[in-house]
Amino acid sequence: KISTQPFSLNPTSPTSHDRPLVSPVPTSLFLGSTRKLRLSSSSKLNLHRRPGTVVAVSDVVKQKKSKSTHSLLITKEEGLELYEDMILGRAFEDMCAQMYYRGKMFGFVHLYNGQEAVSTGFIKLLKQQDSVVSTYRDHVHALSKRVPARAVMSELFGKTTGCCRGQGGSMHMFSREHNLLGGFAFIGEGIPVATGAAFTSKYKREVLKEADCDHVTLAFFGDGTCNNGQFFECLNMAALWKLPIVFVVENNLWAIGMSHLRATSDPQIYKKGPAFGMPGIHVDGMDVLKVREVAKEAIGRARRGEGPTLVECETYRFRGHSLADPDELRDPAEKAHYAARDPITALKKYLIENSLASEADLKAIDKKIDEVVEDAVEFADESPVPSQSQLLENVFADPKGFGIGPDGRYRCEDPKFTEGTAHV
Amino acid sequence: QLLTPFQYLLSGIYLTRYILYSRHELLLFEALQEGLEEEMERDLRVCVMGEDVGHYGGSYKVTKGLAKKFGDLRVLDTPIAENSFTGMGIGAAMTGLRPVVEGMNMGFLLLAFNQISNNCGMLHYTSGGQFTIPIVIRGPGGVGRQLGAEHSQRLESYFQSIPGIQMVACSTPYNAKGLMKAAIRSENPVILFEHVLLYNLKERIPDEDYICNLEEAEMVRPGEHVTILTYSRMRYHVMQAAKTLVNKGYDPEVIDIRSLKPFDLYTIGNSVKKTHRVLIVEECMRTGGIGASLIAAITKNFNDYLDAPIMCLSSQDVPTPYAGTLEEVTVVQPAQIVTAVEQLCQ
Repeated sequence: KISTQPFSLNPTSPTSHDRPLVSPVPTSLFLGSTRKLRLSSSSKLNLHRRPGTVVAVSDVVKQKKSKSTHSLLITKEEGLELYEDMILGRAFEDMCAQMYYRGKMFGFVHLYNGQEAVSTGFIKLLKQQDSVVSTYRDHVHALSKRVPARAVMSELFGKTTGCCRGQGGSMHMFSREHNLLGGFAFIGEGIPVATGAAFTSKYKREVLKEADCDHVTLAFFGDGTCNNGQFFECLNMAALWKLPIVFVVENNLWAIGMSHLRATSDPQIYKKGPAFGMPGIHVDGMDVLKVREVAKEAIGRARRGEGPTLVECETYRFRGHSLADPDELRDPAEKAHYAARDPITALKKYLIENSLASEADLKAIDKKIDEVVEDAVEFADESPVPSQSQLLENVFADPKGFGIGPDGRYRCEDPKFTEGTAHV
Repeated sequence: QLLTPFQYLLSGIYLTRYILYSRHELLLFEALQEGLEEEMERDLRVCVMGEDVGHYGGSYKVTKGLAKKFGDLRVLDTPIAENSFTGMGIGAAMTGLRPVVEGMNMGFLLLAFNQISNNCGMLHYTSGGQFTIPIVIRGPGGVGRQLGAEHSQRLESYFQSIPGIQMVACSTPYNAKGLMKAAIRSENPVILFEHVLLYNLKERIPDEDYICNLEEAEMVRPGEHVTILTYSRMRYHVMQAAKTLVNKGYDPEVIDIRSLKPFDLYTIGNSVKKTHRVLIVEECMRTGGIGASLIAAITKNFNDYLDAPIMCLSSQDVPTPYAGTLEEVTVVQPAQIVTAVEQLCQ
């Protein structure tokens, strides 16, 4: 028996006139894969039938550039915005390193130096209601998503004014206001959360009838995560239900001391997208403009309801895995190769060569960012540390969850509860 | 023939009772389904995710008919990827939905331990209170009829240490529906433990809307001589033993603790203060089980009221064997409960 073609998917674009305004009984939508089940094995691989085309974007961008020398990829305002964001990321991370060695922050701190193009290239295209999910290398994702530098620095210092009240730390940056859904310490565990956020977006549009809800979710993770089960499980579910999500792989070739080539049977991660029915794109992650072009297409796809995309960004971290990593395994030649492709230097060169900005403009931005970062450190220094009364707060959204004590009252009604000394 | 005034009075009373306390009879899985359906009607953000919950209607029929009524997106058939779809439920809960995640068998949720422990329990705290996770994770667990070791697991003992979650176990159609509704309405992540062998219990439950408090225990049978604390299926073994005990002249007080995390120390404490003897009867393993925690909590809070050391009857610390005879002696049987009470009351 050959499986029949399933029903065509209801168009998810909000402007479709076929969808009634109020539908108490759902129409027979098929929520699933529309790929045919080919029972006869074909020896010839028909490349035209493959749903996801693998494109080396640097080629596309070069083509665009050569067509007309007068059309630039960005305007002056956009250029300066991108530059400022990357400088903020770099300056902030450098300051983190300083503060760590001065004993102001502790634990595991993972710095993003060198990868700024990915964060800036993607996140600067998002609206506030779009969500971002990251792993432990999340300071710059938070900053790009417009979480104030003060809040991030305070969080790193462990103060109450931090974005998570000092309870999260470096690896758990959250912001409800800016829709930053974390910040996860275990790799891979953020990807299902991102898939859930994308699911909510689709649910809001189709069940809650918020027709203009086109929120997109971006999930950032590294090359090591791409060997983890949760990655594959979520690629499957996102493609199956056409969720508005973009999976962004920040392939910096190293998972602590494990080279990507030593850990992965097929190191070309972008190829894993088409296996699940979504496009897989590889992009030079050291060039913010290339990343931005790819991001525009991927985010646009998600917004239009066409489903997920897997984007592999080839990037590099200039520092070790964390501030505790001696970074002895990486070849100095490799480091030098990527240091020469510093995304900030590249963008600066582009802006100046194309007369989008002058040296003075850029220096002014550098100075401004220095002041922002200094201010953030001062603010964090002066902020109070959490008192013991904060210990039991926020464990439960509804503190009745601590239960009923021997005296018949809820534990959270015990006066010692607000002091943080109650028995729970 | 006209009725006598007395007969009129009687029929008036019955009619009033019928109207005020009207009830309908159903099975436990239908009660769960009713609770779920009512909450889904009440709040559009409530959705279900799990394997075979949609078109198949749930492997224990708890979600039967819901997909037809609410659509494939609200009753989502997931691929077999527990860790990821539980995480997806958590992400959906963080962004405004109220998902009910079903583990086809609770044992499968071991694959979702990463998400349950790290994200479900912790995210409200590590985000400084910014994100709530009003998720309900439910499914059947417990020792069934020769289902084999892996399908006979009791995860309440594994999950009990996770800070930030609540755990409840239902045992009757009444509290199944009530706890399901309360769990869905709660802002906290709640794990609702059902039992494979209790789905066909029949009871008459009220027609009107009601919930059961998530943190309270249930007094099943008041008594004077000994406090028996139990939950889920063991409640029925205890009640069976109670019949024998009553015939032998004992007066056991039976409490279904229902809330496995946190414990209702008020109901439990009042009982201990009255009877001074405690027997815990549970289905999870002895090592690190709910009973172990309960003993610690009671000893800490009510040690002065105890006349004898607390006794705890748990399942044997073995993987549940397939053979029926062996499986029977793995779990606590009514005869053992009777013996334990006699021993305790000596």
